[in-house]
Amino acid sequence: MQPIIEIRGLEKTYASGFQALKGVDLDIRRGEILALLGPNGAGKTTLISIVCGLVRATSGSVTVDGHDIVRDWRAARALIGLVPQELTTEAFESVRATVSFSRGLFGKPPDPAVIERILKDLSLWDKRDTKVMALSGGMKRRVLIAKALSHEPRILFLDEPTAGVDVELRRGMWEMIGRLRDSGVTIILTTHYIEEAEEMADSIGVISGGRIILVEGKAALMEKLGKRLLTLSLQNPLDAIPAELAGYPLTLSDDGRELVYRFDAQHEHTGIAGLLRKLGDHGIDFTNLRTEESSLEEIFVSLVKERA
Amino acid sequence: MNIHAIRAIYIFELARTWRTLFQSIAGPVISTSLYFIVFGAAIGGRFASVEGVSYGAFLVPGLVMMSVLTESVSNASFGIYMPRYSGTIYEVLSAPISAFETVVGYVGAAATKSIILGTLILLTARLFVEFSIVHPFWMIAFLVLTSVTFSLLGFILGIWANGWEKLQIVPMLIVTPLAFLGGSFYSITMLPPFWQKVALFNPVVYLVSGFRWSFYGTADVPVALSLAMTALLLVICLAVVWWIFRTGYRLKN
Ligand SMILES: Nc1ncnc2c1ncn2[C@@H]1O[C@H](COP(=O)(O)OP(=O)(O)OP(=O)(O)O)[C@@H](O)[C@H]1O
Ligand SMILES: [Mg+2]
Repeated sequence: MQPIIEIRGLEKTYASGFQALKGVDLDIRRGEILALLGPNGAGKTTLISIVCGLVRATSGSVTVDGHDIVRDWRAARALIGLVPQELTTEAFESVRATVSFSRGLFGKPPDPAVIERILKDLSLWDKRDTKVMALSGGMKRRVLIAKALSHEPRILFLDEPTAGVDVELRRGMWEMIGRLRDSGVTIILTTHYIEEAEEMADSIGVISGGRIILVEGKAALMEKLGKRLLTLSLQNPLDAIPAELAGYPLTLSDDGRELVYRFDAQHEHTGIAGLLRKLGDHGIDFTNLRTEESSLEEIFVSLVKERA
Repeated sequence: MNIHAIRAIYIFELARTWRTLFQSIAGPVISTSLYFIVFGAAIGGRFASVEGVSYGAFLVPGLVMMSVLTESVSNASFGIYMPRYSGTIYEVLSAPISAFETVVGYVGAAATKSIILGTLILLTARLFVEFSIVHPFWMIAFLVLTSVTFSLLGFILGIWANGWEKLQIVPMLIVTPLAFLGGSFYSITMLPPFWQKVALFNPVVYLVSGFRWSFYGTADVPVALSLAMTALLLVICLAVVWWIFRTGYRLKN
C-alpha cells in the first residue's frame, strides 16, 4: 500500500543560514503510530511544520495521501490535524467556541455533536464554557488536541503532546491516541519520553542533526539492537574482575557485589553457560541472578552518540 | 472556496467585538458626541454656515469618516496582530484556506464593524443636528469602500508590526493626523491657497469630500476624483496584501 506521507530529499535552511534539515527521506505508513525521537534541536518541529504548511521547505518534496503539499495544498492540509509544541491558545474564547472555530477553518460545517464527543473524549466537557485562559497548562494542551481533532483529520501530528500533562492524564491520552489509531488515523508524534514511544508507537524514527538516522518497526528495532543484561549478585565482593574472565564483556559494580554480563539475545551462543562454569571453577559464588532487556532509551542514547 | 473557514473567521472576529462591545462602540460614540458639543454647539455658533450647510450638519460626514478610518485601521490591525503575537496564527496558516479567504474573513469582519460604527455615529449625530442625505446610495458606497480599504490597511499594518508600539504608532502618527487634516472640521476651500495644494496630497481629503457630497451635494474636489482616489487606495492595499501572502512575508519562515 502507498505510504500516506512520502517525504523526499527534504532540506530546510532558515533565514539565519542555519540548516535544520539535511535531506530527509521518510515514508509513513497508513494507520500507524510513528514516534519521532531526537535530541533538542534535531529538526523534529521543523519537519512537522513543513508538512503542515507552516514553514517552507528549501528543497525536496512532500506528498500527503498523494497530494503534493505545495501544488495541491488544499487537499493535503484538509487531511491533517496539528498539535503544536508551544501552548498557543486564544485566551478569551470559551473552550467550545475555539474548538468549533478550528473545525470551520478546516472547511467542515458546524457539528455540535462531533465537538461534544471530542471534548468528552478529552475530559474537557465540564470546561466547555470556560475561557481558555482560565484553564491549567495540561488542560490547554488538551484544548489544542481537541482543536486538531475538530475536523476529523486522517493524519494527526502531535508535537510533544504530553509535555506538562500529569501521569494519569498521560495514560488517558495514550489510550485516546490508541483509539484514534484503531479508527484508522495515522499518528506522528514527537516525544522526549522514551517510555511513551515504547508504549504507543508502531514505528520509531530517530532524527538527529537534521538527518533521519533510522526508521524501524518498534519490535524489530528492539530485537535487532536489544542487548540483554545478566546481573549476578556475588556472595563475596570482588576487588577486580579476575584475569581469567577478561575475555567476557563484564563490568563490576562499584561495591564489587554485582557482576553484569552483556550479551546479544539473538545469538545462538549467549555464552552464559560457559561463563557460569568458569565462575564456578574460580570459586566465585553468587546468590542471585537476573536478566533484563535494554530499553529503547539505551538504544536511543547509544544511537545518537554513535552518530554524533 | 472554503466558505466554512471564511464564516468561522468572520464570526470569530465579530464575537471579539461583541466581547469588547463597550470599548469598540461606546468609545467612538461618546467621543463623537463630545465633538458635537465642543465644535458644533460651542464653536459652531460663530460660523453661520459652510457652503450653505449649518456648521453642525457640515461636521457630520467628516466625523463619521474620521471614526471609520481610525477604527478600521486599529480594529483590523489588532485582529490579525493578536494571533500572530499569541502564536495562534499557526492554525490559520496550516488550514486549507487561501490568502483571499483569510483576508475576506478578517477584513470583512473589521469592515462590518466599521460600518455598524459609522451608522451608530450617524444616529448619535441625529440627536444633535438635523441633516439630510441627498445621495443615499453613494453615501453607503463611500462608507463601505472606506471601511474595506482602511481595514485592509489595518490588516497590512497588523502583519508588518512586530511589536505593540509599531501597532499603535502608525494610527497615531499617520492615520489620525491625516484624518484630522483631511477636512473633517472644515472645507479645504477655507485654507490659504498654498495649504489647499498641500491638502490635496492627503488621501483623506478625497474621502471626506466625496462622503460629504453624498450628504449635501457639495464637494471640495470633484466626486469622480474622490471615487477614483478611494478605488486607487483599495487597489494599492489589495496589491500589498497579495504580495504579503505570495512571499509569506512575516508569516512563514
Ligand atoms: N525560525 C528559526 N530560525 C532559525 N533557526 C531555527 C528556527 N526554528 C528552528 N531553528 C533551528 O533549527 C533547529 C531545529 O529546530 P527544531 O525546532 O526543528 O528542533 P526540535 O527537534 O523540534 O527540538 P525540540 O526537541 O527542542 O523541540 C534548531 O537548531 C533551531 O535552533
Ligand atoms: Mg520541537
